[in-house]
Amino acid sequence: MVTKTAPRANSKVVGWERRPKGLVRSRSARAAGLAASLVLLGLVNLASIAFGSKQIPFATVIDALFNFDPELNDHLIVRSLRIPRNTVGLLVGAALGLAGAVMQGVTRNPLADPGILGVSAGASLFVVVGIYVFGVGTLLGYVWFAFAGALVASLVVYFLGSLGREGATPVKLALAGAALTAFLASITTAILLIDVATLDQYRFWAVGSLAGRTPQVAAQVAPFIAVGGLMALVSGRLLNALSLGDDVARSLGQKVGLSRAFSAASVVLLTGAATAAAGPIGFVGLTVPHVARAITGPDYRWILPYSAVLAPVLLLGSDIIGRVIARPGEVQVGIITALVGSPFFVMLVRRRKLAEL
Amino acid sequence: MPFRTPVLDTGPSTISAPSDAVSIVARARDAGRARGAVVGVVLAAGIAVSFAISVSVGDFPIPLAEVVPAIFGFGSPDAHFIVQTLRLPRALTALLVGGAFGFSGAIFQSLARNPLASPDIIGITAGAGAAAVFIIVVVGGGGLLVSLGALAGALGTAAAIYFLAYRRGITAYRLVLVGIGVAAVLSSLTSYLLTRAQIWEAQRATVWLTGSLNGRGWEHVRPVGLAMLALFPVVLLLARPLRALQLGDDTAKSLGVGVERYRRYLILVAVALAAVATSSAGPVAFVAFVAPPIARRLTRSSLTLVPAALAGALLVLLSDLVARRAFAPTELPVGIITGIVGAPYLLWLLARANRVGTGG
Repeated sequence: MVTKTAPRANSKVVGWERRPKGLVRSRSARAAGLAASLVLLGLVNLASIAFGSKQIPFATVIDALFNFDPELNDHLIVRSLRIPRNTVGLLVGAALGLAGAVMQGVTRNPLADPGILGVSAGASLFVVVGIYVFGVGTLLGYVWFAFAGALVASLVVYFLGSLGREGATPVKLALAGAALTAFLASITTAILLIDVATLDQYRFWAVGSLAGRTPQVAAQVAPFIAVGGLMALVSGRLLNALSLGDDVARSLGQKVGLSRAFSAASVVLLTGAATAAAGPIGFVGLTVPHVARAITGPDYRWILPYSAVLAPVLLLGSDIIGRVIARPGEVQVGIITALVGSPFFVMLVRRRKLAEL
Repeated sequence: MPFRTPVLDTGPSTISAPSDAVSIVARARDAGRARGAVVGVVLAAGIAVSFAISVSVGDFPIPLAEVVPAIFGFGSPDAHFIVQTLRLPRALTALLVGGAFGFSGAIFQSLARNPLASPDIIGITAGAGAAAVFIIVVVGGGGLLVSLGALAGALGTAAAIYFLAYRRGITAYRLVLVGIGVAAVLSSLTSYLLTRAQIWEAQRATVWLTGSLNGRGWEHVRPVGLAMLALFPVVLLLARPLRALQLGDDTAKSLGVGVERYRRYLILVAVALAAVATSSAGPVAFVAFVAPPIARRLTRSSLTLVPAALAGALLVLLSDLVARRAFAPTELPVGIITGIVGAPYLLWLLARANRVGTGG
């Protein structure tokens, strides 16, 4: 809506024409690319169920899915361990990818990760308080603390960022979020240094992991991710308009404040739920949208679905690697995502002209 | 950061002649400079007072009247010993490290034209942290070895980021994105080492990663002092090209500024300051990120190098005072307090600026 119909003079003002386009230009090519990514995601899903400390043949995996026999050990592993873990990975990955893309659009800042509204820091602090004060020790217990922390922190940031005449401008939001993150992280560290036992539990949650996630964890976070994901996916048009700057967006008939609040709400739902399920994983949400942008160009209606599909590919792929390289133990997925994703990301950044925000 | 023109208190509402316009611009500029000078003097006074208090208080209090003589080597032998070997080097480290982080953060934020950019975010402190944690956890070293490792880690990471981002020149955008990628790898290595470590080593590493001034002596003052002494004039010389670079590459070029050359110098200076400061006190959390926006909001100007350094120094000095005395005799790492003190202050400044409509 913005690219094609905006008058030439207008598009010149905002520099739209100067923005480098993505790898894939035509509409049908983008759709085909998205379909290919979905196929890739399906394969990664299958592999994620098959690989692990015990290798399970693909045939058995399919069998366990459609022809479940509780007597067979492999079927039990697939049903009760691998599928819940895979589901959580899928949900968390999609949530982080979407949240990252929306957040970069809302703040118009390439450095904005989903945690920039203080969501991860709030979740971490509440989990640490949960461990230290209330003696919470289970993953299921962490979920609600993390979610409450994410909600409280993001509300505070949004309130502070939206004081004043212009409401929540990108710079104010980003600064308020980063400052509150600093504040909360300091308190978290203070508690961790006071109590070694808390540090001992927290350090394993803070890395970000999918290990031992039960169906209950998936069920608890799924509704939030579903609602947040839907909100994020429909906000493509809003983000396209916002990316032109507030004044142009307003002149195009956008309700800027409302659009921004709507998009930010989706980020809180997505990131809060993802952090609750898997711990604070920063890298995925920060970098996958840049990859998506490099493929599709600056149109958020395409960036969003691409991010939602590519992020779980990265997360689940990393989870497979983490389980395979340290058999029978495993390396947490939060560590592997950065190790696997970064070289690729750096290569992409070096590639010719990058589609800027 | 958008450019903010200083608001005039008085002046004609309409501009009738070019000379009027010139005088308005001149008056606005003078008002801005005067405000900057006042802010600088107030910050410096705050630093002097907190420096004196910091040297004065402790388990063995030294009256303020004896502090100055003891600093210069006079006074009672007890006071002389405590000031010269314990408190003075620590306070000096705080001052210098804070100043170095303030400079470094201000340069990075102006270069990248992004208030979120700071050595914390673009990977230099992550490199220092990974190297230091490696030495604490795997090598089992301490003290000087950790400092040297951190220095090497920071410089090596900066070099790696620079070369990975280099492609017929450097753009700030690419530098920052590559920095993020490299930082992500290094901080996952750090977390990995932390999960593999014994819990006591993990705790020691956490203290280092937060930034601490406990037990800092002259050997920590010397490197950061020399670096500041050498680089302070360079920073002042580079302020003018930096101001041009802030306007964007094209504008800077048309103003006759050698964009590539000066950007390289500025990056080099900012990296050196951050690396040396980190090796002395650890990556004291948030100073480099928080000090420049505080200085910008106090002076209401878009580029504030010296006020940012002063704000950083004051922040670290005050925070260390709190860290030492809040739960005395237990000493907290200063990095906890910088976040707890600095971040709400920035939030308050933001909220206040937003209410009167000058935020953004």
